[in-house]
Amino acid sequence: MIIDINFVGLIIASIMASAVPLILASCGELITERSGVLNLGVEGMMIIGAISGFALMTVTGSLIVAVFGAMLAGVLISTIFAFLTQTLITNHVATGLALTIFGIGISAMIGKNFVGIPGKEFPVLFESLKDTIPLISPILFGHSIVFYFAFALPFMTNYFLKKTKIGLIVRAVGDSPESASNQGINVRLVRYACILYGGAMSGLAGAYLSMIYTPQWIENMTGGRGWIALALVVFSTWNPIKILIGAMIFGGLTIIQFHMQAIGVRIPVQFLTALPYIVTIIVLVVISRDSRKIRLSTPSSLGKSFHKDN
Amino acid sequence: MIKIVKRDQPSKAIFFFTPVLAIFLTLVAGGLIFFILGFKPFEALKFFFIIPIADKYGFSELLLKATPLCLIAIGLSFCFKSNNWNIGAEGQLTFGAIVSGGVALLFYEQEGFYILPIVILAGAIGGMLYASIPAILKTYFNTNEILVSLMLVYVSKLILDYLVVGPWSNPEGFNFPETRQFSDSAKLPLLFEGLRIHAGIFLALAAVVISWFVFYKTYLGFQMKVSGFSLKTAKYAGYKGKKMIILVFLISGACAGLAGVGEITGPIGQLHREISPDYGFTAIIVAFLGRLHPVGIIFASLVVAITYLGAETAQIFMQIPKYTGQVFQGMILFFLLASDYLLFFKIKFIGSKK
Repeated sequence: MIIDINFVGLIIASIMASAVPLILASCGELITERSGVLNLGVEGMMIIGAISGFALMTVTGSLIVAVFGAMLAGVLISTIFAFLTQTLITNHVATGLALTIFGIGISAMIGKNFVGIPGKEFPVLFESLKDTIPLISPILFGHSIVFYFAFALPFMTNYFLKKTKIGLIVRAVGDSPESASNQGINVRLVRYACILYGGAMSGLAGAYLSMIYTPQWIENMTGGRGWIALALVVFSTWNPIKILIGAMIFGGLTIIQFHMQAIGVRIPVQFLTALPYIVTIIVLVVISRDSRKIRLSTPSSLGKSFHKDN
Repeated sequence: MIKIVKRDQPSKAIFFFTPVLAIFLTLVAGGLIFFILGFKPFEALKFFFIIPIADKYGFSELLLKATPLCLIAIGLSFCFKSNNWNIGAEGQLTFGAIVSGGVALLFYEQEGFYILPIVILAGAIGGMLYASIPAILKTYFNTNEILVSLMLVYVSKLILDYLVVGPWSNPEGFNFPETRQFSDSAKLPLLFEGLRIHAGIFLALAAVVISWFVFYKTYLGFQMKVSGFSLKTAKYAGYKGKKMIILVFLISGACAGLAGVGEITGPIGQLHREISPDYGFTAIIVAFLGRLHPVGIIFASLVVAITYLGAETAQIFMQIPKYTGQVFQGMILFFLLASDYLLFFKIKFIGSKK
């Protein structure tokens, strides 16, 4: 059997493409969680980003406006979460769930008039280089700018957390808000910033789905990716580089499922579709079994409210 | 000048007042959203919250929708009180429905008084089995129950989809994704001629009474509350933490499973793809709005059930997508959480100082 080497390259590229939204949302959530905040609203912020990006693209015709608008929409909706959890000191889990339910509802409300409208073509970079080197070229070239950004993001996030002063502050706030506060750091401000950043990245992840990956608006189109992104953060033990690995595994599962259906493997479609969710559970079990390791890598104040009496 | 002062103790009066405040604020915000969408706010709110329950039929529909919400929320209150975040009730509902539906299909040609109890029991067991997965993974493998229970929701819906399309689909059904109709003995009896409200409501009421008894009259209820306040204290007092985690998950799984039974043996009468409009998720809001109190949950389930009916009416008369119901549900929870601030803090108005 001859395997077309370019075909292999294309499959890898498509796995990477389906990993993009997961990487973006997980890296955003990772920063949020590193500051001690557990935002379960990723799915809601993503779907808001998806509809905002698509709607702005259709209305304004400008892709730049649409991409940044989607990020802004993510920021706006996460502001609700930030205000509630940080200023009004509400429970993180319940507030995050409310955000997801609200986000799905609002997106469907806005999206009513955008169902069935075809998307626009999103420009890709380095297209002329796509056929130069077999196997490598389809992987490296001919993708959107968001794609390249997503694959750079884990490394930038890692650098930010480990090598910059602001990164250190974020980690300090997440690991010990009391001592950070005593050092004169405004814990609430840092956490606000991290939540809004997470919102922006989730918004971008959503926009990638509705504008680039499957360029159209479908109700509920994120289909649980926000939750998988949350699971990826646990999987990575809060290490951005490992998010890359996890996202590729899940991207791979999604793509393999399509190809197995195409070559007619006799496994029920539903089982293949369920695979990413089942694998998420298995992976979580394997990672979490070592409770000491999890405790060491989890931001100590994750999900706990901090309130300074003044 | 306004000054915010921390209360020495959370205010009990405000504890039960804030849900009412939250509902009021949701109505105001909802009116605002309708206004932005270009509708007359009061008229829209009337379509949403009053017209759907203005007649006998509407009221029966309200109870029909409130039944599963109440049942699931009662189950969830066991979990939430003891600090276990089971957010996969939708999956437990679906799996309960699958198991009880499977049993009901075994008896599709038979009639007999014994069938319905078996079918109901099967649903409760199905829900318990499905809830035991996140519980066991949490207790013995330290796995986050939020993510596991949620992932299982997607899995359960795919299992249901597989069954109704494939092995369980009605052989005389022209390939529609649905099973045979259950026999009459496997269906919950209707309470009134011409209305859809069925005997499932008694299951919900029984759950309310039992949960009240357990919460306030038993040692177990006390243990649950202590664990909810502080796991350390519970450990120090020597409570068996693992056993309790599994128990509360089983209880809430059973309730969700029963809600699933109520849907398929009540209004639906067979299995098909969509057996629940996200009751399992909405019940989370009901549990909080009802303050995890059995009586509170009854009222909360009625209030939240209106958002389902209102969304349907608004879709028909105003062409507003039915997802508006979810917007309202999300807002209720937002406002409820926000107004909890008043529990712990007092807002004082002080005359401006010179």
